[in-house]
Amino acid sequence: MNKNMRVLGLPYVAWMLIFICLPIVLLGVYSFTNNTGNFSLENFKSFFTPIYIQILLNSLYLAFISTVICFILGYPVAYIIAKIPSEKTRNTFLLLFILPMWMNFLLRTYSWMTLLGNNGLINTLLQALSLPQLNLLYNSGAVLLGMVYNFLPFMIYPIYSILIKIDANYAIAAGDLGANPRQTFMKITFPLSIPGVITGITMVFMPAVSTFVIPSLLGGGQNMLIGNLIEQQLMQAGNWHFGSAASLIMMTIILIAMQVMNRFDKTQQKNMEMLA
Amino acid sequence: MKKVIGIMCAVLLLAVGLTGCGQSDAQKLYVYNWGTYIDNTVLADFEKENNCKVVYENYASNEEMYYKLKSGNANYDVVFPSDYMIEKMIKENMLLPLDKQNIPNLKNIDPKLLNIPFDPGNQYSVPYFWGTLGILYNTEKVTETVDSWSILWNEAYAKKILMYDSQRDSIGIALALLGYSINSTNTDELNKAYELLVQQKPLVLAYVNDQVIDMMIGNEADLAVVYSGDAVYCMSENDKLAYAVPKEGSNQWFDNVAIPFTSKNKELAEKFIDFMCRDDISLKNTMEVGYTSANQNALKEASKEPAYDNIAYNPTDDILARCTAYQDIGQFIASYADIWTKVKAAQ
Amino acid sequence: MKKALRNVYLYIMLLFLYAPILVLMVYSFNASKSRGQWGGFTLEWYRRLFMDSNIQSALYYTVLVAILATIISTIVGTISSIGIFLYGNRVQKLMLNVNYIPVINPDIVTGVSMMILFAFMSMRQGFATMLIAHITFCIPYVILSVLPKLRQMDVNLIEAAMDLGARPMQIITKVVLAEIKPGIVTGLLFAFTLSIDDFVISFFTTGSGVSNLSIYVYSMAKRGISPEINALSTLMILTVTLLLFVINKRNNKKTKITGERI
Repeated sequence: MNKNMRVLGLPYVAWMLIFICLPIVLLGVYSFTNNTGNFSLENFKSFFTPIYIQILLNSLYLAFISTVICFILGYPVAYIIAKIPSEKTRNTFLLLFILPMWMNFLLRTYSWMTLLGNNGLINTLLQALSLPQLNLLYNSGAVLLGMVYNFLPFMIYPIYSILIKIDANYAIAAGDLGANPRQTFMKITFPLSIPGVITGITMVFMPAVSTFVIPSLLGGGQNMLIGNLIEQQLMQAGNWHFGSAASLIMMTIILIAMQVMNRFDKTQQKNMEMLA
Repeated sequence: MKKVIGIMCAVLLLAVGLTGCGQSDAQKLYVYNWGTYIDNTVLADFEKENNCKVVYENYASNEEMYYKLKSGNANYDVVFPSDYMIEKMIKENMLLPLDKQNIPNLKNIDPKLLNIPFDPGNQYSVPYFWGTLGILYNTEKVTETVDSWSILWNEAYAKKILMYDSQRDSIGIALALLGYSINSTNTDELNKAYELLVQQKPLVLAYVNDQVIDMMIGNEADLAVVYSGDAVYCMSENDKLAYAVPKEGSNQWFDNVAIPFTSKNKELAEKFIDFMCRDDISLKNTMEVGYTSANQNALKEASKEPAYDNIAYNPTDDILARCTAYQDIGQFIASYADIWTKVKAAQ
Repeated sequence: MKKALRNVYLYIMLLFLYAPILVLMVYSFNASKSRGQWGGFTLEWYRRLFMDSNIQSALYYTVLVAILATIISTIVGTISSIGIFLYGNRVQKLMLNVNYIPVINPDIVTGVSMMILFAFMSMRQGFATMLIAHITFCIPYVILSVLPKLRQMDVNLIEAAMDLGARPMQIITKVVLAEIKPGIVTGLLFAFTLSIDDFVISFFTTGSGVSNLSIYVYSMAKRGISPEINALSTLMILTVTLLLFVINKRNNKKTKITGERI
């Protein structure tokens, strides 16, 4: 292999320019122009009006809450599995928890429609117990549930893979030095697992903030999130300029969030290195 | 390693071969229609009779169809726009004029539906289905008389009301209730309609499209805004349901078949339109979906069925007198879209 | 006691993850269309499913796109990785950063921007555009799986082969490819699962009557609950489970064999 073989990379460079870079450039062009094709900031101006800000904040809020819930539910799962002594049992449990990731995302969302509807299983059971029926579907709660359900495995897996790598001797050493299990967890295990938590948070937050399927199926058109706004502008309202601006804003938010997460991760790593 | 590459190439060839087989020599007709708006066997019949392949796609609103055509990402041969959209598309040169000689079955169409202002002389479109917008309600849960849109603002039915996710219909209802024209282009009137819809939002279970059919049949809601044809179908499946067109007035709509400018096969498209006007085909379609046929012979035949003998399928003159058609409101549609987005985003 | 509590927690979470899916599967055998009641066992929905030509066409396109996108992106991705690997640090970093865009960008942004691209190039949306989109989001994963293997490769191996008189092409096929094969396989599996499961990007880039299973499920679910989707879901879930089971078995066997050899 010599440097001449670099040419092998060139076709893909061309592909990247056409199918990765050009679309983003076009997205930018559309966001900064109006219907007549002239440069304009009108799309961003109209995005930053109360109604769309509210849509944006609502998306960020729901994504944030679902990330927190995923963390609260997912961390103990990862921890318990990582502590299982038998490798075989451990792997079986792990497989069971990540298997849903392999199932079609739409089916997972759709399955809740059959459970939560006014004629769904839960309300039928309530009725059988002569309890009042609940409005479970078509509200923010249903959207939140859909997010947690879909993205929980994305939180469990990265945390588990870090926890399993942590040297058990750290905990033993801490124990020898007089730390109780609680202290050991708070001072040793949890700080060491932060990189996994960060990955998990990113992997839950990103799809949650951009989804349009979950609010569309479980929200009943009541909860417009930024993903729905983009979909609606592109597919139904035909305003590609505004839709592009909204996409660009979402992309920026995600990139900033990733940067913040990365920085957090790095300082954490440095602390760890110093500790080690 | 060579073996792996060999296998990969073989699969690749096979796959390419498969796509090749998928595209037979038969000509293709791209049909773009509303969801659940046809008897699917009709398409197969047309394919057989004309030795062609029908590629069939659905849309959920006039606007979706319009912008899809405008975007240039698609070229359909046949579309099914409504009244105001036909007017708009004719203005923007988006429809091709029809050659009536190729559509002899036009004689079956009810003359009342021809030559309506949105397409004078039916140069561009042929009637397919028509109907009204009204309220479908569950007679077991709603015991009072349903004769006003105001029942959709009645708190007794909180979270039991389904609204249609369509800007013109929902805003039109609010306008009608306020006593304004459903084609209003007055900003003040529209703002009042907006406020009324926001006020209603806490009572609404969901803003729906086609799922209204299943939900009403399954008794999941008490009141729903529906098109008359969906009401016919729902009532035939659930005898507790009834349909009413409110006294404040409503919308009478016309969905026609037309050929958009993107068509590359006008001849086959006209054949398709003629086929859709045939008595037997019209009857099949109306019996499958429940919408009122524009074909007078099919209408007469269908009305013999008990499920089709009602004001939803065949509205009285009295009802039609208080209904108006939508008109193209030009650039003002952007305000409607804006209001509708705001209503849906309101907390 | 504590251990029991832990197990209870795990089982509750598993119930949360699996109950909806299991309910769906049970309902696919329910003779009554209403979800409120059990109307007896039936295979009617499966029969209807197999009669439905729309589903057949969606299945056909899903599999076809997945196979083509996987093969093309695996080949292109592997070749490109070798090229990228040979570049200097700075160029390589730039290329990898661009390559990373489809991975970190939300699906909806990738989908929307490609939709705009196809309109810009006046390409009619359909099979070809969907395939291009799938290839575009699959290649980065192949490269990300292959490149680390190239970096781990022992340079001495190549030098030894050269000393023994191997031609450049032989070096690639006999030495390099053999070394990075695990990376290629990982990339291939990644590409296949991503493609077969994709909804958002396909949703924005397809047209002309071409749709995949995800899009079909979405349009049906938007219309409401239908026992046919339940039947379709059951089949899809069983297929995935079976596939994973086979892969898992194979992997276990392999590690055993290699383990013995060592």
